[in-house]
Amino acid sequence: MAAATLGLLATIALEIQYKTDTGAIGFETWRPVVYAYVLWGVAIGIGQVLTRGEDGQRALFLLPALLFTIAMVIFPTLFGFYIALTDWNLSSFSGRRFNGLDNFWQMLSDPYYRNALFNMVLYVLAVLVEYVIAFGLALLLNAQIRARKFFRVVFLMPLMLSPVAVSWMVGKSLMEYRFGPAATLARHLGWENPAFFSDPITARISIMVLDAWTFIPFMMIMLLAGLQAMSREILEAARVDGANAWQTFWQVTFPLMLPVSVTAVILRIIFKLKLADIIITVTSGGPGGATDSVSSFIYREYRDRSNVGYGTMLAMAYLVIIIVFVTWLLKFANRFVRNVN
Amino acid sequence: MSVQTTEYTVSEIRSPASFITSRVFIYGALVFWAFICLFPIYWTLTTSFKSAVDVTQGHLIPFVDFQPDWKGWRSLGLSPDSIFQTSTVRDEFFKRFMNSVITSVGASSLAIVIGSLAAYGLTRYRYRFAWFKNEDISFFFLSQLILPPVVLALPFLVLYREVGLLDTRVGLILLYTLMVLPIVIWIMRDQFNSIPVELEEAALVDGLSIWGAFLRIVMPIALPGMVAAFILAMVLCWNEYFFAALLTSTDAKTIPVMVASQTGSQGINWWSMAALATAAIAPLAVIGIALERYLIMGMTAGAVK
Repeated sequence: MAAATLGLLATIALEIQYKTDTGAIGFETWRPVVYAYVLWGVAIGIGQVLTRGEDGQRALFLLPALLFTIAMVIFPTLFGFYIALTDWNLSSFSGRRFNGLDNFWQMLSDPYYRNALFNMVLYVLAVLVEYVIAFGLALLLNAQIRARKFFRVVFLMPLMLSPVAVSWMVGKSLMEYRFGPAATLARHLGWENPAFFSDPITARISIMVLDAWTFIPFMMIMLLAGLQAMSREILEAARVDGANAWQTFWQVTFPLMLPVSVTAVILRIIFKLKLADIIITVTSGGPGGATDSVSSFIYREYRDRSNVGYGTMLAMAYLVIIIVFVTWLLKFANRFVRNVN
Repeated sequence: MSVQTTEYTVSEIRSPASFITSRVFIYGALVFWAFICLFPIYWTLTTSFKSAVDVTQGHLIPFVDFQPDWKGWRSLGLSPDSIFQTSTVRDEFFKRFMNSVITSVGASSLAIVIGSLAAYGLTRYRYRFAWFKNEDISFFFLSQLILPPVVLALPFLVLYREVGLLDTRVGLILLYTLMVLPIVIWIMRDQFNSIPVELEEAALVDGLSIWGAFLRIVMPIALPGMVAAFILAMVLCWNEYFFAALLTSTDAKTIPVMVASQTGSQGINWWSMAALATAAIAPLAVIGIALERYLIMGMTAGAVK
């Protein structure tokens, strides 16, 4: 059986050989390689069970997911690093050419990319405001209220709805300058000229609001679960000791909720770092690239200019920044939680 | 009243006035936020029944401000008077709709199968691949969550072109599976951890194999968790836009992409746009209301220890 898997590996190698030599008995597309990979995976599975018995059966639980993820992540990422070093433009006929670090130097002096990165910082900071609102809502839902289930379903709604449909109907219609109800309301409140997306700063805030509307329920639900898991005795004890509601919150509830809060905020930041669809549909980066997130900027770089090589370089740089940032964030959060408790 | 007092705090009973103000404040805030959550949905729904004048004049309340009209739905071919006539827009819509259904159900199912297996293996057995131990493998899976779609998008665009998976549903399913796999593993690990190991040990003593014990004993218990993970994955796949916009063009286009590409030559037809948006969000709104319990279960997995 081990021989069989070895044989399959060899066929893959052979096919790659055919293809890269662009001649001989090659196939039309690379698709046979995909089939070969799947077959190889199956053979490995069978081989494991037959050769290692019980241990093999155990390995079989993990193998599918592992083989799938490796094929779908590791290989494309490595391939991406290669593309990033070429001047590949899908709309030009000259094909790809290796150009070393040119894309990298171009990236360093690209004001739009820097602006997009700066925007990501702002967008991530907005998570803190979202957190405060979500915490407030969770407290409300946790209070002694009637129709709790109704409110919970209603509050959860925004998360379910397609961000694209929502950003069309809210961003482009509800906040439309001439007739949108939000603009009308803003006029009544004394804002002379309620154009939500023409001034860079207002446009950024509008994007943040739209995104917050979608994702606040996510944090709210996690925080609510945390509140409900808290033991009532501690709160009772605080009251018996004569603490008022304000003191109880800051000295009992909030510290106890810290681990859940940190998890919720970190997960939310991770989702925020992927922010793209709302920006693409509502402003497509405008005015003048002011609202661009990194993802939406790269999306347009491809859509408008088919510039695969440069776009990939931007994406790879972003990936490195994200990994460093999230690693730091996790470390910092760990220490933070431990220090407070 | 004496029965109820146990529910409220001491200070609240001492001063009924402040108790009432706090009630008013709580319900006021609740209703206010409910309005914020629901108004955009209301706006979408009513706009689909408006004519051009009603949209540009910002009319809000049907039958008072404006006379509802099937205009938006007629342009989709879904109004009562046009439902039995042939309509290319409706065919297009159903095609996109089916694409969305197939990709999201397909990806969620695939992710549930391989994700649950991996999560089960990771919670029950100790593995070693070279220098990778269980914790490293778990971290490897969960770290995929950090990976932004944009990093994979362009390499996949090129690779899919080579492999012939560009603009196919299979291609999208594979990518969406990758996208939701970490979340599924996260939820299912939590789920399997809450099932006592003794159950399987008893099953093994009774002569079941490892896989037999998993399929017959553990799976049925973990089913609610699987449903929760499945629904959460469904929601994410259904709403996904970024990959779909990049990797599909004519055949495998999904609903969000269709919604996003609705700009006509004479500006936007708000009524048909709204009808389309309503149709795109309706399935999830129904799921959200009917299966809210599972959604919450999925989202809170592992959050509270």
